[in-house]
Amino acid sequence: MSDDRHEGREARLERIRAWLSQARFFAEEVYSSPYRGAIARARRDEDDLFMLLVFSEMMGVPNPAAYYTLELQPLLLERFHDWHRRMGMERSPLDHFKCC
Amino acid sequence: MSAILVLVLGLAAMAAGYFLYSKFIAEKIYRLDPDFKTPAHEFEDGVDFVPTNRYVLWGHHFTSVAGAAPIVGPAIAVIWGWVPAFLWVVLGTVFFAGVHDSGAIWASVRNKAKSVGALTGDVVGKRARSIFMIVIFLVLLMVNAVFAVVIAGLMMNFSSAVVPVWGAILVALVIGQMIYRRKMSLPMVSIVGVVALYALIGIGPSVPLQMPAEVAGVSGNAIWILLLFGYAAIASLLPVWVLLQPRDYINGLQLFVGLIVLYGAILLLNPSMIAPAFNDNVPAGTPSLLPLLFVTIACGAISGFHGLVSSGTTSKQLNKETDARFVGYFGAVGEGMLALAAILAATAGFASLADWEAMYTAFGQGGVNAFVEGGAFIIHNGLGLPEATAATLLTVMAALFAGTTMDTGLRLQRYIFQEWGEIYNQQWMKKPAVATLLAVGSCLLLAFGAGGADGSGGLIIWPLFGTTNQLLAGLTLLVVTVMLVRLGRPMWYTLAPLAFLLVMTIAALLIQLRTFFDQGNYFLLGLDIVVLVAAILVALECVSALKRLRNEAPAKQE
Repeated sequence: MSDDRHEGREARLERIRAWLSQARFFAEEVYSSPYRGAIARARRDEDDLFMLLVFSEMMGVPNPAAYYTLELQPLLLERFHDWHRRMGMERSPLDHFKCC
Repeated sequence: MSAILVLVLGLAAMAAGYFLYSKFIAEKIYRLDPDFKTPAHEFEDGVDFVPTNRYVLWGHHFTSVAGAAPIVGPAIAVIWGWVPAFLWVVLGTVFFAGVHDSGAIWASVRNKAKSVGALTGDVVGKRARSIFMIVIFLVLLMVNAVFAVVIAGLMMNFSSAVVPVWGAILVALVIGQMIYRRKMSLPMVSIVGVVALYALIGIGPSVPLQMPAEVAGVSGNAIWILLLFGYAAIASLLPVWVLLQPRDYINGLQLFVGLIVLYGAILLLNPSMIAPAFNDNVPAGTPSLLPLLFVTIACGAISGFHGLVSSGTTSKQLNKETDARFVGYFGAVGEGMLALAAILAATAGFASLADWEAMYTAFGQGGVNAFVEGGAFIIHNGLGLPEATAATLLTVMAALFAGTTMDTGLRLQRYIFQEWGEIYNQQWMKKPAVATLLAVGSCLLLAFGAGGADGSGGLIIWPLFGTTNQLLAGLTLLVVTVMLVRLGRPMWYTLAPLAFLLVMTIAALLIQLRTFFDQGNYFLLGLDIVVLVAAILVALECVSALKRLRNEAPAKQE
């Protein structure tokens, strides 16, 4: 008997939890969906600037932090192609650094 | 007549519109296809193109289109009596707005989610596209100027709302930080935000901040207008997550709470309609109902602004094409409900006819102030909330909406200036700060140029705003009509509203031309002529597009 009641409460708690997570999902969608695009674009702009800093030395722009950014280059290699395309360069701008 | 009866009649008609007419339009005219691959799926990128749950999308669509305009317009238009305003809102929502909004989504979804502006260029022609840009710019200009005047008027009349309105901005800023820096859960933050907002509304009446009638030779009203534009300029330059995103969210929650409170109070109190059904005794100088009613109430009956939202963001997130009916048509119904609430507040929320007539002393008077006072009367008597608190609640609702529209409008206007800088190769104009200053400057010119140095005459341009808004709607309907004709489907369901809108808009512009000339207001006379020229160009575009289509049709049959 007491076991049944216990199970009933468990089930109810489970239902409430499911309902709450559903509510959280809806609230988050409502909050973020209108501005998803604007925020992603702002973030991409920042990332593009960062790319420019990391690859600046290769393009002849002196960068005092070149020693450190060199280490980052392999990590950012995946994004390189999209980046130079976005910057309006059909091909890789670097002679010794072909990507497409 | 009982307000509940009016309410039920209005809601029943809109429900019938949604369940019967929109079903017919969606299935027989637009032929929405559940298997059509929408742009949200075709170009899914997680940024702009994201398939979104239709309830979420409806919430977003509805809160972006519902602003202060469906409150201000009907609250001004009840000067002709409540029946004309009621009929136009209900019939307009069912036969005009719903068809227009869902049609704009459909047209955009079928064309790679392009905006109405781009579609006008593709479907109708290059010339139409240029007219479209000019009309959009005029709409934004007027909406910013008018809303600044409306909020300034509210701040002067309801000093108890000053602290909550500006406090709400602070709440939004804090919420934005809580979400992005502290990563707090959203339901928690929502509760905190709503509680903080309503606490501010609660304490508002005990800390009224009254702007003096004159400060250093400038009227208090003018100071508010300047402050508002200062705020809007800064807000439109900030990153969106700092202020705009949390504030829109809080506003959305507030919209639903406000609507529920107002509708609930009407149901509990059951006030009777105090204003006359048809007002034979209109104040001197009130223009004739026909055609002015149809431009005074734009949002709430049909609004071109919705087409921009429908084709700008909504169409990129539509999960299934059939959702266009729910999101577009039901979004219009939501706005119709807001307009209906505004009509009821501004006509039933008074103790006697004399009180009502004291509010509507001239055309353009009353308006949002009548909505706040009438609504506060109903909430006070229906729910027992103190009248000052109820008035603060409604003022905050109206002011926050108008403020949201202002900074969004200013941001869009800035984009237009930047685009012009791009087209004409003016580097200085492309800078955000400069473009924003230009946008603010043009709006201020209109707000103060329209009437008097105190900026109080700004509401004169309200009907002019309505005409430009209707022109925008006309252009969208033209795009949808042309698409329908090319597909060989019936065109009357969009062409009839289009023709009606154009006739009413041009008639209203001609009447206003006369009024401005008689008043010697040459600034507005000039503006009226600009809008009139645009209206005539739109009408000519319609005729030439339809003619071209008639010639195309036989060619296809051969």
